[in-house]
Amino acid sequence: MSSSAADPAPSPSQTRAPGAPDAADAPPSGPTGPSRSEDPRRGRAKRRPGDMIFTGLSVGSGLIIFLTLALVAIFLTVRSLPAIRDSREFGGGADAVSLWEFTAPLVFGTVFAAVLALVMAVPVSIGIALFISHFAPRRLATPLGFMIDLLAAVPSVVFGLWGGVWLVPKMQGLYELLNTYLGWIPLFAGPEPEPPMRNLATASIVLAVMILPIITAVSREVFLQTPRLQEEAALALGATRWETIRTVVLPFGRAGVVSASMLGLGRALGETMAVLMVLSPGSSFSLHILEVGQHNTIAANIASQSAEATPDVMARLIFTGLVLFIITFIINALARAIVARSARA
Amino acid sequence: MSAAPARAASSGLLTGSGASERRLPWYHLLVTALASIALAAVVLVLLDSFSIGALVVLGYVLHLVVGYSYARAREGRRWAADRLVTLLVLGAFAVAMIPLVSLLWEVVARGLDKLLNPYPGYFFTHDMAGVVGGMASGGISHAIVGTLLVTLGASIISVPIGLLTSIFLVEYATSGPLRVLGRGITFLVDVMTGIPSIVAGLFGLALFITLTGDPGIRIGLMGSVALSVLMIPTVVRSSEEMLRLVPMELREAAFGLGVPKWLTIVKVVLRTSIAGLTTGVTLAVARVIGETAPLLLTVGALPLMNSHLFDGRMQTLPTFINSQYRSGNAVCNSETVTNPITQMQYACSTTINYDRAWAAALTLILIVMILNIAARLVSRFFAPKLGR
Repeated sequence: MSSSAADPAPSPSQTRAPGAPDAADAPPSGPTGPSRSEDPRRGRAKRRPGDMIFTGLSVGSGLIIFLTLALVAIFLTVRSLPAIRDSREFGGGADAVSLWEFTAPLVFGTVFAAVLALVMAVPVSIGIALFISHFAPRRLATPLGFMIDLLAAVPSVVFGLWGGVWLVPKMQGLYELLNTYLGWIPLFAGPEPEPPMRNLATASIVLAVMILPIITAVSREVFLQTPRLQEEAALALGATRWETIRTVVLPFGRAGVVSASMLGLGRALGETMAVLMVLSPGSSFSLHILEVGQHNTIAANIASQSAEATPDVMARLIFTGLVLFIITFIINALARAIVARSARA
Repeated sequence: MSAAPARAASSGLLTGSGASERRLPWYHLLVTALASIALAAVVLVLLDSFSIGALVVLGYVLHLVVGYSYARAREGRRWAADRLVTLLVLGAFAVAMIPLVSLLWEVVARGLDKLLNPYPGYFFTHDMAGVVGGMASGGISHAIVGTLLVTLGASIISVPIGLLTSIFLVEYATSGPLRVLGRGITFLVDVMTGIPSIVAGLFGLALFITLTGDPGIRIGLMGSVALSVLMIPTVVRSSEEMLRLVPMELREAAFGLGVPKWLTIVKVVLRTSIAGLTTGVTLAVARVIGETAPLLLTVGALPLMNSHLFDGRMQTLPTFINSQYRSGNAVCNSETVTNPITQMQYACSTTINYDRAWAAALTLILIVMILNIAARLVSRFFAPKLGR
């Protein structure tokens, strides 16, 4: 595994999916030359006003990115300070709103829905990525990949509409079956599900569909970078296609698949519209994903409450937004760390 | 290189006896598939719950078992596993096609009617002024204008910042302290890529509430600012990739002629990569044009045309879809409804809100698809001929 991961990829990917976290740690393969224009033998290069303005502009816009991200963190923190100050935990009276009771069920719902979506999406994505990279005829690979990318181009609000109008009634039969025959599993337990099926299971399915393209795209790239010689060696030893994939392709792509899944997780955590338009909200720690009106996510809660929020409610919503920001930040940092470690190994 | 393939192959050689290693022609797969589907049909008829969907699902699951057992008996364990995985992988792809096909089909089937009636273009040229209850009129002209303006605003903010940042990363952050700064910025761009869209919306809201002191403020520009938080990292990533593709020799040739660095960047580097940059920006626009959550928080909603980006609420296509969907079924107490502004009479339809939502969704998808196709065409026809 470690030896194969260290091999240089045969061809640098030029179609990296947006959001793929592997660019940062790749050594800048591009120009190293511009510094050559300041040739030391000539002494200092002439300072031209155009150069100075242009340098200032480009460094400045780099700094704007620093500033923007700092502003996002600062504004979310400053705006949520009133909620923290007035909460029961910090400084508020005994009858004040408890920040924990307000936030914890939302965090639970957010993470629960995202993990469910991930559990559904990752196996399917790996299957699709393998199908496109190793099973489909070479001529079909590009159009098939394009079809999956098409799924990524659909706006989230359309997914929400589709989930809320088309998918919700379609799921009833399946949920009743699950509840009746697999009710002993905590996930499917609870009272007989009642239509409309605006429960966490449906929301997670829509989320899974939405994160499928990104996981597939990144995994496919990784699978395609498997050293050709290793694959051919396995085939030459008489391995079947599946044995080649199990022994060469999957070990090589493991880190890539993990980081792709983390990216998908980050996206599922922050997705608003699919949950907002499908889920009928509640506030509990229930594990019963078929029960309606038990869960809600941070993002959907913000979107539904913000329209008629009083300033103190708004502060609480912004506090939950800060929590969401921190969670996704950690997930993305982890994904990057995994990629960085596997690149070093 | 790695011991794993050798181990797999040797284990295969040990377990597979010569006779059972024979591969069967492909049509045996067809036979097992037909047998599984027939079996599934019989089971479903016996259970009295026959439907095409159930037949396909049960037939597929049965084929996993039947096909595997058949291959196991005729071809041996290893090839049977290979067949099983091929089936599973094919199944995964088919599963992913279900939402794509059904979504596109539903959007077209349910949305097309409203785009063409009462006459083609009506839906695009009318707004929702005075449309009440189940009145079968109204359109999305205000939402289209709003979406275009807000996205244009976001592009005007994001494209210069994103492009200049990528120029900094590629052309300036090559050595010394600037290189450290460049690494930091690359890291932050990655972080920005992961910002949830609702958080970007909260940022736009908090920023403008702080600036103006008015907690109820909702203007189009806030939406542009929120969207640009999401758009900048996309532009930086794609432009950076394009700038790195420009061959070093072109820059060196310009430097050798004594061209200042900034002029080299503008006249040589940017000009060479202009097609790729256009593609990247177009894809970034296509990505943010369907964003809903930030606009819900920052732009609000309005049934009227408002083409002023700096003043007052606006309607946008995504939030229009959401609000129509939220309205649900309309109530019809009589055959017709009168527009309180124009005094025109319109037919009443209970499903009109959903119809408008689907038609707007179809419009939005068409806009996104056109942007995507345009991006691909630009990169295909205007790509620099670097190979010569």
